[in-house]
Amino acid sequence: MTSGARAAVTRPRDRFRAWMANHRRVLGETLVGFRRDWGTSLMTWLVLGIALVLPLFLYLLLMNAASISGGFEGKPRISLYLDSGYSAQSGKALAQRLADGNPAELVVYISPEEALAEFQSRSGFGDVLNSLPSNPLPGLIEVTPSDIEPGALRRRASEYESLPGVSMVVMDVAWIERLFALLSLGERLVVALSLVLAVGMLLVIGNTIRLAIENRRAEIEVVKLVGGTDGFVRRPFLYMGLGYGLGGALTAWLLVQISLWFLRGPVELLAQSYQNAYSLQGLGVIETLGVFVASGLLGIIGAALAVNKHLREMDS
Amino acid sequence: MIRFDQVSKRYPGGKDALSRVSFELADGEIAFLTGHSGAGKSTLMKLVIVMERASQGQVFVNGMNVNRVRSGQIPAIRRNIGVVFQNHQLLFDRTVFDNVSLPLLIAGFQHREIGRRVRAALSKVGLADKERVLPITLSGGEQQRVGIARAVVNRPALLLADEPTGNLDPALSQEIMNLFDQFNQVGVSVLIATHDLDLVARMGKRQIVLHDGRLQEGV
Repeated sequence: MTSGARAAVTRPRDRFRAWMANHRRVLGETLVGFRRDWGTSLMTWLVLGIALVLPLFLYLLLMNAASISGGFEGKPRISLYLDSGYSAQSGKALAQRLADGNPAELVVYISPEEALAEFQSRSGFGDVLNSLPSNPLPGLIEVTPSDIEPGALRRRASEYESLPGVSMVVMDVAWIERLFALLSLGERLVVALSLVLAVGMLLVIGNTIRLAIENRRAEIEVVKLVGGTDGFVRRPFLYMGLGYGLGGALTAWLLVQISLWFLRGPVELLAQSYQNAYSLQGLGVIETLGVFVASGLLGIIGAALAVNKHLREMDS
Repeated sequence: MIRFDQVSKRYPGGKDALSRVSFELADGEIAFLTGHSGAGKSTLMKLVIVMERASQGQVFVNGMNVNRVRSGQIPAIRRNIGVVFQNHQLLFDRTVFDNVSLPLLIAGFQHREIGRRVRAALSKVGLADKERVLPITLSGGEQQRVGIARAVVNRPALLLADEPTGNLDPALSQEIMNLFDQFNQVGVSVLIATHDLDLVARMGKRQIVLHDGRLQEGV
């Protein structure tokens, strides 16, 4: 009598198929549940989305601030102004020597003519420069060091100053230090804000799931009595948590896109006034994926915490 | 099928709900568990399905010492036991079909097999035409029969019933008892806790009598 009843589900392959079928069924029921209680679901998604969007905004602000610093790209450059009598040929030779000494670094020679052309196009003083009888700009070597630790930069600068033909070495270490300090402060802020809001999301999801558990208390009891495992009881709530997490991520993503669209015009106008074709940077594919994965995981973890607590209470 | 060996159960801070109870229910046997309220009938049932654990002594179900199992093994034990409750424990937001199919879903049966078995169980209890309705629309006796269908749908080796006729009139009670008798006749071991002594007398089966947590076995 009983052997026949169990034979259908004891083979590993059958067990796996039954497990998969259960996942499909639970997924379907979860989607139906979200549609049925769409008001509550929408509220939860909005709350989670807003919690997620705050660190995302700060992150985007930081990213854009870093890239607004032009070709700076987070790396300081040392400018070696050459004596005005220094020919283009010997300037190039000096640049080559510096480059050979540090193969990993970018060393560029800019002749007085190139410097003039660039200055004309960038500064908006083109007409004034044209009226000058001769080119007042010296030749220039730009070094992009690989080691940007401020102490090392200072040593490098004094090294360059002693080179023959170099009249002046310019490198604003204080400015670089301040910018770096600001950027790393911003990064810390993003991390701290993310952590705080992640805990907030866990609590929101955990509480929402706790209410769902209360509503299905009788069902859980019956499921346990007829031999449902803890995993079977947990599964629908984990899917629900995943749904809340992904929905929250989607809401946050939409909020970011809307904000970018809203800000893009003014930012481009502002950039144009600085003769700069800057356009606002949004979230990349990897970053977007990261937000969805992190939020989905938080949803699952929040749900698991709530269900496990309930299961422990039932057993005791 | 069930063997109690000097089993005592003491709840924290209370008196002994069961003290030194020993009895055996053989494979394929049917027996009534009787006694006044608070005599320990429900506690004994809970020990069998491992909702509680004995304070002393050993409880064997189907040859397994359930006092010693890890909590992860409990579901597997319960899947082999059908349980009928006095208050049905039906889910009122699910159809009769969904209620009865729950143990099969949990055990991982395939869709087609579930439909076949649920219909077989429902027709066995005389509710073949009610699978699409919600339990709330059924009478008390019908609800209890849904509960029985759910208990037997997985074809368990052991059927437990805790006051299954508590809320039913004598004619319906007799009907329910006859159902249990039918399951017993196809080899299922059955243990029914009840205080309906007239009914027990009419059925003429073995009685296990509890009094203040102690056993007074008669025949």
